[in-house]
Amino acid sequence: MEQFLQQVASGLANGAIYACVALALVMIYVSTDHINFAQGEMAMFSTYISWQLMSWGLSFWFAFILAVVLSFILGVVIERVILRPLHNAPVLSIVVVFIGLLAIFNSVAGAIWSYLIKEYPSPFPKSSFGIAGVIGPHQLGVVLVTLIVLGLLFAFFRYTPLGLAMRAAAQNPQMARLVGVRVDWMLALGWGLAASVGAVAGIMVAHIVYLDPNMMAGILLYAFAGALVGGIGNPGGAVLGGFIVGVLENMVAFAGNQIEKATGIYIIGNGEKLTVALIIVIFVLTVRPAGIFGRVVVKRV
Amino acid sequence: MAALLEVKGLKAFYGQTQSLYDVGFEIETGGITTLLGANGAGKTTTLRAICNMVRCEGVIRFDGKDMTKLPTEEIVRQRIAHVPEGRGTFTTLTVDENLRIAAYTRRDKAGVARELERVFAYFPRLKERVQQQAGTLSGGEQQMLAIARALMLGPRLMLLDEPSFGLAPLIVVEIFRILRRINEEEKVSILLVEQNAALALDLADHAYVLETGHVVMSGPSSVVKNDENIRKSYLGY
Repeated sequence: MEQFLQQVASGLANGAIYACVALALVMIYVSTDHINFAQGEMAMFSTYISWQLMSWGLSFWFAFILAVVLSFILGVVIERVILRPLHNAPVLSIVVVFIGLLAIFNSVAGAIWSYLIKEYPSPFPKSSFGIAGVIGPHQLGVVLVTLIVLGLLFAFFRYTPLGLAMRAAAQNPQMARLVGVRVDWMLALGWGLAASVGAVAGIMVAHIVYLDPNMMAGILLYAFAGALVGGIGNPGGAVLGGFIVGVLENMVAFAGNQIEKATGIYIIGNGEKLTVALIIVIFVLTVRPAGIFGRVVVKRV
Repeated sequence: MAALLEVKGLKAFYGQTQSLYDVGFEIETGGITTLLGANGAGKTTTLRAICNMVRCEGVIRFDGKDMTKLPTEEIVRQRIAHVPEGRGTFTTLTVDENLRIAAYTRRDKAGVARELERVFAYFPRLKERVQQQAGTLSGGEQQMLAIARALMLGPRLMLLDEPSFGLAPLIVVEIFRILRRINEEEKVSILLVEQNAALALDLADHAYVLETGHVVMSGPSSVVKNDENIRKSYLGY
């Protein structure tokens, strides 16, 4: 039982990371209809920035905030400088640009900071945090931080005029222009926010997976699965989908271990976790392309 | 008195295709002007050109100021409200959000609150549905929402693209009655594009008739309405 709870808890912690990256993917998807394949590498790069800031002597949280802000600026710049000129380009060109960005970030990070795996600190106190035997201090911290970030984002989109303008621009760009919204800038802001949320995910997960230029590759896949589960056009669904995928992958591995213990037959275990994500992707795309929470918009004419 | 909106020698293009050749007209401050013509005559394109939503050449002056170089977002900030073809509802936002986004360019909170009250006085139906997702409104309600949204901008000129399109006759009558009130009470000048010429000529005080991208005739509504030849050749009723 305790083992089960532990698995759920660590699933939630992983899920929180996937939820953030999934949300970043969805934020760009709803306004441009593109999946940013470089989202994970951008998050990795942000994590290196925070590591660099810490190695220059900044405290964890100060480096965290600065890295998130710098990521925001980086996201805005990428949209304005690289994607803006491709405004009317065919989808394939944009996909190639995303893959190019992925490769560039990966190799630039490797060139600056080397491909050697680095340890990354956890900001959460070892004792007096977490619930003994169920959830560790870092896992609990990750869940809390991501929930705060997601809550802030929700409040921003729901209650501020700028958030409303961004939603309007994503939903109906032409009409948004007709009420005076500067749609181009809303897209750039969306990129900035996505990069920031990705940075949070990267910084939170680095203590678990260690810091290296390929740290986000698997996570992007899980996040993509999460976004699909929730319905790729639905931010709230993507967050929930991220958590579901996080818990599900642990549950599958846990069930596999239990079966092996009881019968001695190895069917599935920790090694096949990534396969679970891929199966989810294929399953959702074939059976329910709109995702579990994919809303069918009701329209009366 | 100088015209509020002055359009001269307007040409517009979709890619290689030219759809306006020589469109010119004037709108008096406080007036209601209508553009009439068959499908494809260039009525919608003219409205889109005023808001710089299509590539165009020529003179467009609003209140004496050149509009042709401004992007759409800036033209809206001159308080020109465009109610587009198909109503342009933000379907996933609520009615309330649809109205608030229209006041996005305004910084006077008190003014926006007053405007909202006025809008609900014109359209009590919208007040009942204020928290409803706008995509679930009926066609007539969405048209009301589109006009209400234009009002939230505090416009000096309202461009209306076929407000009667696809609506039941009773709703159309109601909407046109409200448009007249808006013109009289809010002092909003209106440029109306309509297929339904009889309806438009009743509301407007001045009419221009378009054919394949040219203005072929113009005059006071009463004159256009009573000219048998124009009616038969261009307006089809």
